[in-house]
Amino acid sequence: METIQSDVVIIGAGGAGLRAAIALAETDPGLRIALLSKVYPMRSHTCAAEGGAAGVIKGDDSMDLHFGDTVGGGDWLCDQDAVEYFIDQAPKELTQLEHWGCPWSREKDGSVGVRPFGGMKIKRTWFAADKTGFHLLHTLFQTSLKYESIRRFDEVFTTDLIVADGRVQGCCAIEMRSGEMIQFQAPAVIICSGGAGRIFPFTTNGAIKTGDGMALAYRAGVPLKDMEFVQYHPTGLPSTGILLTEGCRGEGGVLRNKDGYRYLQDYGMGPETPLGEPVLKTMELGPRDRLSQAFWQEQKKGNTIPTKWGDCVYLDLRHLGEAKINERLPFVRDLAKSYSGVDMVTDMVPIRPVVHYMMGGIHTDINAATPLPGLFAAGECACVSINGANRLGSNSLTELLVFGRRAGESALAYVRGDSKPTVDTAEAGRQAAAAQARIQALFDRADGGETISGIRDEMQHTMEEGAGIYREEEPLKETTAKVASLRARQTGIALKDKSKVFNTELTAALELGSMLDVAEAVALSALNRKESRGSHQRLDYVDRDDKTYLKHSMAHYQGEEAPRIDYLDVVITKSQPGVRDYSGAKS
Amino acid sequence: MSERQITFEVLRYNPETDDKPWVQTYSVPCQEDWVVLDAINYIKDHLDTSLSYRWSCHMAVCGSCGMMVNGEPTLSCKAFLRDYKGSKIRVEPLSHFPIERDLVVVLDDFMGKLQSVKPYIIPKKEKPVEEGEYKQTPRQLKNFKQYTMCINCMLCYAACPQYGLNDDFIGPAALALTHRYNLDSRDGGRSQRQEVVAQHEGVWECSFVGACSEVCPKDVDPAGAIQQMKIASTVDWYLEHLMPWRAK
Repeated sequence: METIQSDVVIIGAGGAGLRAAIALAETDPGLRIALLSKVYPMRSHTCAAEGGAAGVIKGDDSMDLHFGDTVGGGDWLCDQDAVEYFIDQAPKELTQLEHWGCPWSREKDGSVGVRPFGGMKIKRTWFAADKTGFHLLHTLFQTSLKYESIRRFDEVFTTDLIVADGRVQGCCAIEMRSGEMIQFQAPAVIICSGGAGRIFPFTTNGAIKTGDGMALAYRAGVPLKDMEFVQYHPTGLPSTGILLTEGCRGEGGVLRNKDGYRYLQDYGMGPETPLGEPVLKTMELGPRDRLSQAFWQEQKKGNTIPTKWGDCVYLDLRHLGEAKINERLPFVRDLAKSYSGVDMVTDMVPIRPVVHYMMGGIHTDINAATPLPGLFAAGECACVSINGANRLGSNSLTELLVFGRRAGESALAYVRGDSKPTVDTAEAGRQAAAAQARIQALFDRADGGETISGIRDEMQHTMEEGAGIYREEEPLKETTAKVASLRARQTGIALKDKSKVFNTELTAALELGSMLDVAEAVALSALNRKESRGSHQRLDYVDRDDKTYLKHSMAHYQGEEAPRIDYLDVVITKSQPGVRDYSGAKS
Repeated sequence: MSERQITFEVLRYNPETDDKPWVQTYSVPCQEDWVVLDAINYIKDHLDTSLSYRWSCHMAVCGSCGMMVNGEPTLSCKAFLRDYKGSKIRVEPLSHFPIERDLVVVLDDFMGKLQSVKPYIIPKKEKPVEEGEYKQTPRQLKNFKQYTMCINCMLCYAACPQYGLNDDFIGPAALALTHRYNLDSRDGGRSQRQEVVAQHEGVWECSFVGACSEVCPKDVDPAGAIQQMKIASTVDWYLEHLMPWRAK
């Protein structure tokens, strides 16, 4: 088996992983960096983010306002020390990206422009038309090509972390081109592998977002934090789940029900604002959780429009006019035209809420460090936690920059620090051999009549049934039991493809295993949280309960058994829990 | 929803067992609003789990799922079945690349070329982040914005007759990105990139067929970029040889 020795291994080469790699390469050019990804870096799902990245830059904005929007948007489940650090670093990171060539949209005088987003008191979203994540990813990837010390391993699928002596010491991964296992020995590992939206049937997430990195850390004993908080984006195309950016509403788009009525005014986000004059933190510029929940209520009232892909409401942008749509929203105009056959210049676009983002993830502290020495995490796979119970739109791109860099710096301090962590190469070799044997066992498994696509479909269906926009005890219990049984049943999958070269049946089986572990943590965390907060809404516990649940859920892996859930206090520095007010009347 | 039965002829190749590529046919019950990728996913999930291909975003931005569809370089996630008449569709890996397995091609050549053209800002003068952003007017942005839209999907390489003949040619996407950085008002690295581009395998290899721009799913127009670079290179030559006092 091939062995690669380096100082830091990064798993995942999207926005966070690339930012971590660049931070390492810039700070210490002598460092040996291994950057692993199961795809090529530019395929990472960061590329699909559309709307923008938040950072305080304009004179009418302030750090306090960004803090207030983020913590209130997160329904006070954010760790406020992490939020303060994040907000302080955000403008610097976005400016750094500007220096690296990101084609930010500009004001007439050449300064960077900002647009409004949901849940914001002041407009502060930097944007590159409506392909911000794409430009951010390609800018980082192309910039990373400058650094010879970043050694890339593209299309290399990580299967296991190597953990010995209570520390992480590397990972094992399959080179997809050859099918051979490689052991990566390193005293520090940073996981930047993205979210797990694919545990749901209807999602904006690409096929690759299967929670692999979350599962790696979880199985190695690191808790998954706040997994019950799953963000539905209010405006997805009904046939495919393709995202229409929140920028649509930031630029003045409105939501209408089957009668053409702007229903958000009935759900505490009114009064109705004049067409073409969006008011911040009001109506369509309310937060994502509230908007998605309002859709569900409208559906119950029979005010949605039935389509062959399910019930919808309308996103109406017609009053913006063709010129503005082409300047600010050209990509989503094309997406709606191509995939739904609707031109938003002349027609209303049918949309419905769609699973978009996991607020929860690998538990880290403010330094992006997990409780397992040597293991760090950043980006959507991690929970640091600045997003609380509901992420503010346009904080996630900034998050992967701020905490990607932070993870790089922390890993560097760790490997260069006084403890001088080393790798027990004999033990690493033993664990790598065991990992390889487990892969071989997958190939040798007897056919128990199960299929990857069959179990995946059942998982996605039960997650939507029990752990969707609104939840309650009985369906959640059923979902939890169902996912547990699917975890057991996956051993009945036999791989029909026995070849080594680019075997995507093998990787799909491994991804399914990761998704099932993550899904179980989501469902059980949701079942145990008997309150409603942010994106976690219980029909049987409709109020927020700060006395009992102003705490992070921590899901601990227990092998074949269900995870153990316990709780960790939220860090509060300056904002006590209050009322989330999105009614324009008081602003 | 109405169904349409379509026969997919898919090129298969497994280097461990096959001497050469061969064609396998699958009959797929297709929904009217599907794209080619949906049909391939149906094959993978229901008919043959051993078929290998790349895909992720299903919204034409990650660039993974480029394939030859009925002989044309195509993003399979944006190839709507409604645009294909008849009962047969042929799917093959992108032309001009070695096949790794089935519909998966080897991308090493492009990845090396991309790195060689220095696709990053080489600032005229270092400016600390603390001094804030570079000013760039909307007009200056517009100057290069089109060339930033490349998703590296490789359709242009599969369409380029010159790359098919001579894979030393840097090729459309990498040259368009070179041009993108050369045109950026924040950049001062053109002369460094010029050393790569002015070589034989650079812009002069392009015979301006324009096939790259025709297949580009993002309207990047690499052919236009390459022609502009030829003009810039020519101007450089004259400046250097006829007016040496003005060179560089």
